[in-house]
Amino acid sequence: MNDMILPARRAAQDHFRTLRLASPFQPRLEALNRREDWYGWAGYKAPQSLWDEELEFFAIRSQAAVFDLSPMVKYRIEGRDAEAYLDRLTLRDVTKLGVGRVHYTAWCDDEGHVLDDGTLFRLGPDRFRLCCQERHLPWLLDSAIGYDVDIEEETEAVAGLALQGPTSWAVLRDAGFAGSERLKPFDLADFAHEGGSVTISRTGFTGDLGYELFVPADAALSLWDRLFAAGRVHGIRAIGYAALNRARTEAGLIVANADFVTAEHAVRADRVRQPDEIGLGFMIDAEKKGYYNGRRAIEAARRNGTLRHILVGLEIEGNVPAEHAIVYHRGKKEVGLVSAAIWSPTAKRNIAIASLERPYGDTVVDDLWVEIYAMRELRYQKLMKRAKVVPRPFVKLARRTASPPGIF
Amino acid sequence: MTSYDAIVVGGGHNGLVAATLLAKAGRKVIVLEAADAIGGAARTEAFAPGFRVSALAHVLNRLHPDVVRDLDLARHGLSLDAGDMPTVALAEDGEALVMHGAYGERLAGASAAEAEAWSGLRAQLFRYAGILKPFLARRPPDLAGLSMGETASLAKAGLALRRLGREDMRDFLRMLLMNVTDVLDEHLEDRRLRGLIAFDAVLGSHLGPRSPTSLLGLYYRLAGEIGGRPGAQALPKGGMGAVTAAIAAAATAAGVIIRTGAIVARIGVDRGRATGVTLADGEEIGAATVVSGINPRTTFLELVGTRAVDTGFVRKLGNIRMKGDAAKLHLALDRLPAFRGVPADALKGRLVIAPSDEHVERAFNPSKYGAFSPEPVMEITIPSLSDPSLAPAGAHVLSAVVQYAPYQLKEGWEAGRPKLQAAILARLEAHAPGIGRSVLHSELLTPADIERRYRMPGGHWHHGELQADQMLMSRPVAGWSGYDTPVDGLFLCGAGSHPGGGVSGAPGLNAARTILARRG
Repeated sequence: MNDMILPARRAAQDHFRTLRLASPFQPRLEALNRREDWYGWAGYKAPQSLWDEELEFFAIRSQAAVFDLSPMVKYRIEGRDAEAYLDRLTLRDVTKLGVGRVHYTAWCDDEGHVLDDGTLFRLGPDRFRLCCQERHLPWLLDSAIGYDVDIEEETEAVAGLALQGPTSWAVLRDAGFAGSERLKPFDLADFAHEGGSVTISRTGFTGDLGYELFVPADAALSLWDRLFAAGRVHGIRAIGYAALNRARTEAGLIVANADFVTAEHAVRADRVRQPDEIGLGFMIDAEKKGYYNGRRAIEAARRNGTLRHILVGLEIEGNVPAEHAIVYHRGKKEVGLVSAAIWSPTAKRNIAIASLERPYGDTVVDDLWVEIYAMRELRYQKLMKRAKVVPRPFVKLARRTASPPGIF
Repeated sequence: MTSYDAIVVGGGHNGLVAATLLAKAGRKVIVLEAADAIGGAARTEAFAPGFRVSALAHVLNRLHPDVVRDLDLARHGLSLDAGDMPTVALAEDGEALVMHGAYGERLAGASAAEAEAWSGLRAQLFRYAGILKPFLARRPPDLAGLSMGETASLAKAGLALRRLGREDMRDFLRMLLMNVTDVLDEHLEDRRLRGLIAFDAVLGSHLGPRSPTSLLGLYYRLAGEIGGRPGAQALPKGGMGAVTAAIAAAATAAGVIIRTGAIVARIGVDRGRATGVTLADGEEIGAATVVSGINPRTTFLELVGTRAVDTGFVRKLGNIRMKGDAAKLHLALDRLPAFRGVPADALKGRLVIAPSDEHVERAFNPSKYGAFSPEPVMEITIPSLSDPSLAPAGAHVLSAVVQYAPYQLKEGWEAGRPKLQAAILARLEAHAPGIGRSVLHSELLTPADIERRYRMPGGHWHHGELQADQMLMSRPVAGWSGYDTPVDGLFLCGAGSHPGGGVSGAPGLNAARTILARRG
């Protein structure tokens, strides 16, 4: 008996031998990789940088950059009640999301604390794809009680690529995706690929002209090759996360568990955040007809003025990035922390995203300082630099929204 | 669309109590009952031609004095026989032990030493139940934000605890979460008495006497009172339906409109506020206050729907343990049964077949695995002895609550019912030889039947296990124990809310007080 069961069990448990999963694009990434600079992303092996972080960033802003999105957690949500289900699950009004459209949204627990943010793709009247940072299947399934809806995680089954940068549309055109010029920001459409199809949306995480492409995992490599063949003359380059992180900081976009702690991961009771505390208040529509999870708590916090934090964009004097610097009021009182900071090559400004304790950053915005510890040859040099609250995004590019997209 | 100030969903006794108190405060109130008769599980029903019986709850031992007073139930026809209703612990062989007075003020049939030990334990149990008693008629304390009133009442409970004296206070705290068998081991020897007390502690819950916290059930029982006598019990004349009828009379006198056969299909919610109800036939009735006396889970998952509330709240409702573990047997008998070893005057009391605490424990064991015991334990009344109108002349009615009968019986209740009935009758025959031959009709309600007939999910008469983790601020769910709910204007007032089940009226009383305080 044991002779039969044990080998079968061992085979089924073999996953632990692979500490990091391979993306469907792994053969191509490995071929371009010069640095062995890998990190773990949701269980996958993903590149921080493939050849040169600096040049990878400029590929986003000056050429066409390809970023492997496959490790991003993806759910297929389908059924008669899919719209109503997602409308109750997420903050924004899903009844206003048209077929062939995408919106950026977030979802909360009963206390109105953000569980995650992500993008919701409406692939059909009753068919959606939800992309996010964390895994949420138990929450999604429990939220489905009372709805006629099927939910399935498709992270492994679907491969994704972000194609971002000024020449990204030129690459699509030359790769033969006729009609892609009609995609306006947050539009999506299906295009033929290898006897199947690829879903292309005009979305991205860079604040630049750009697209995201999703295909079944078995069509991943042929899609990569198709883009790279067409992109050769447009400067197409594969990039890692470090470059993307700079671009998203310029665009003022936040990252779960970097700029805020997701509610289910927070160990300390005061680390959870409502949407209004992490700059996602714009997603809340007081006139939304349906109930959404956390609405009661979110509206009560607004009504009672109990919001304790705020997320702001900062412009800091000098050129030393203020990563993880403490923010002070009048140089003395500690009022917050910088969660992302770079010298922005595009804006030519020293920028940061920070979480502050209200009223600082909200009604009190004067006399803010950041304390930067600059390591200079084995000695920290403490720099007290003046910080100014400024609107996000830090970089606004006309080409991101121009329709039809430009040729560069 | 007709409109009222308040709609009460469910015409059980708690719904009626809440409705009456709201109406007495000047609200225009309607009660909607799905069945053809009011009363819920506190009804008197005919189960055979000429035979009537208290259909589910059959012994009154905790109707709250505030309910009796505030509804003026005496004026509305409630007559409780203030006389002694004894409890009889039947013996496997030999004489029964009889508790006289309010929960054994006097014992008959016990040794002098045992009677002495019982007297000490009884006094102790009542002292401790008395500490918990004030919590029955109050919202559970909200630890997140204690109001002045709540702080004061908690302080009062603390003071009562201090007044016990140091040794007694330590013992109260030591015993709070103990199991009843361990407590019995410290005090008593008589198997009959131990069996009876163990049975009473676990009656209506999925616990054996040796299960941790089983003593709490006994405190809950002893915190009840009848006619100002803690621990007393009574068989209402006319059956439990007569209690409901008195409450309904008070309701009607206060101006409450009661509709039966009115099945509520939806509770309407608009932007987080209750708006009224829609009946199964499509009729809409509006009200800014909706009070649900039915099961909390049914209220939200079926009537409100999950779309108007949060996922975490739905999760908590789904996790309420409410699988009934008791059955109810009704027998129509052509003559008075002769129970061996029971004095004639004790027959009108409560007869308990629980030969020892160990026997109760052994009866519990199979229920953990989806089976009933071949030797079930039970509580029997023969109400026709004190109220002959319940049966034809010379004939009698026997009513028994039987443990344990797991809701999810492994073989299914269709197949299991006749087997359980045979097992119960075998026990009855052993104590009352010849009873089997005198049975004219019988009716056995399994938890599945109770669920269907009384719309009680799991067939659980408390609408949720009454155990430490589902009491006070955790009842029905943590965060929403104060009768209000995440839907503004929607309140809960049934046994699923604090303090729990039994014909007490306390949840209805507390809910009405909460509602009236809210908008007063």
